[in-house]
Amino acid sequence: MSCDQCREREAVIHLTQIVNEQVTTLHLCERCAAEKGVESPSGVVKTPLGSFLAAMGKNLPETEPAPRSGETCGRCGGSFQDFRESGRLGCPECYRSFEIPLRELLRRLHGSTHHMGERYADRGAAPADGRVETADLREQLRLAVETENFELAAELRDRLRVME
Amino acid sequence: MIDLSLLTDGGVGWLDASGPSSHLVLSTRIRLARNLAGRVFQGRNSETEREDILSVVERAARESVLLRQATKFRLDRLERTDRQLLHERHLVSKELAGLDADGRVRSGASVLVQDRIGVMLNEEDHLRIQGLHSGFALEATYAEVDRLDSELGQRLAFAFHPEFGYLTSCPTNVGTGLRASVLIHLPGLVLTKEISKVLQGLAQVGLTFRGLYGEGSEVVGNFFQLSNQTTLGSSEHELLDHLGKMVRQVMDYEEQARQVLLRDAPAIIEDKVWRAYGLLRYARALSFEEAMNLLSGVRLGVGVSLIPDVAMYTLNKLLVYTQPAHLAVAEGVAPTDADLPIRRARFVRKVLESEVGRRG
Repeated sequence: MSCDQCREREAVIHLTQIVNEQVTTLHLCERCAAEKGVESPSGVVKTPLGSFLAAMGKNLPETEPAPRSGETCGRCGGSFQDFRESGRLGCPECYRSFEIPLRELLRRLHGSTHHMGERYADRGAAPADGRVETADLREQLRLAVETENFELAAELRDRLRVME
Repeated sequence: MIDLSLLTDGGVGWLDASGPSSHLVLSTRIRLARNLAGRVFQGRNSETEREDILSVVERAARESVLLRQATKFRLDRLERTDRQLLHERHLVSKELAGLDADGRVRSGASVLVQDRIGVMLNEEDHLRIQGLHSGFALEATYAEVDRLDSELGQRLAFAFHPEFGYLTSCPTNVGTGLRASVLIHLPGLVLTKEISKVLQGLAQVGLTFRGLYGEGSEVVGNFFQLSNQTTLGSSEHELLDHLGKMVRQVMDYEEQARQVLLRDAPAIIEDKVWRAYGLLRYARALSFEEAMNLLSGVRLGVGVSLIPDVAMYTLNKLLVYTQPAHLAVAEGVAPTDADLPIRRARFVRKVLESEVGRRG
């Protein structure tokens, strides 16, 4: 399908508008869409957090125990609302204070909530022995079950089995 | 005026075009975001706290091997031109240099640099450990950055969560805190109009692209910074492997696009690259953007062996030294000087005359 505007390039954006109760659909190429101020899918990439935060605000089910507005982090005094506005957390403790909505956000941003990289505690210490590692995995498993992240729990259980 | 000769290689060792695949890849940069445990993040801290962070981290750095002899630049005590100069050298982010719209430098904003690695202080996170190598060198760059991270981590308490990993001011960086970026030149994909498809494909596999100067910068001269989007859920090596595989694929696409151009439109391409060379060699006024685009054309010409005798090193040097602050400092004028385009053209002519063989 070619672009309704320039009739040259391939239409990639399909814009449905309702004007005076009339529904019209406009098929635009990326350049004409940009000229009309319509953001293309690649444009969204520029502010991943902004769109995620916007989506979060809409999609959080009412039952989810999101922090009440006004609830603040005991360490820095920042609220989740502050974070929504600035995109930045106040202190490391905020990750505990707002753990539930953050966990959801991390899953959306990264597709995971579990750090799989180098562990800070390992630094400079003797190589982690198996006991410490299984204890750590057990703790992660407990957390995963607690937060009903069953996919991860299954993965952790499998890893524990291999180690034992 | 700051004295960049304090740095062993002026902080621009990465532009010597000595690294792997440097005909396509200018540089590889990796940064690790770290914060000190028990302290509020930068957005909420005070001037005193930022000074304290600076002195604590600097002390740790002086005890380390990798930053023992680091040069320190306090951005908050530098003139705008000098800050811009450091930014143009890719040593500091736009935010740290106070070059954002509001133009203010945060107190305590500093950078420590030694050879190819360094650490930005009081950026969005307390520490941004960074490494910059010439060419496509993810593993080598990471090895150095990782070593510095260990050295500093033994002396400083980093904010770390058993499940979320390294904690960062913005949740987009949490986990490994690792962002690896490969600065790659893709004129073939731009000319064959394949580039948007490639970039969309990269977005689907969790990678993102930016312009020459990283976050929030425009694409100029067909240079793209490709980097990982996510930082959590994969190990550092998995993130690097994935990015590396995808960059290699993009490099293949770029080579194919160049072959297609040479096969289907050899006369047009030949004219395009020589025209770019001719303009650079003889123009009497060049805007920064025009210079970048012409350099891109010549780089393509050198890459496909149409233009002989121009070294990638010369092109990289022109890329860096024709930027507004670099040129202004070299010429002793302000970066806003109205004559800058004339001075730029003169500088380019001089370099090409002295460094390029007289063939063609």
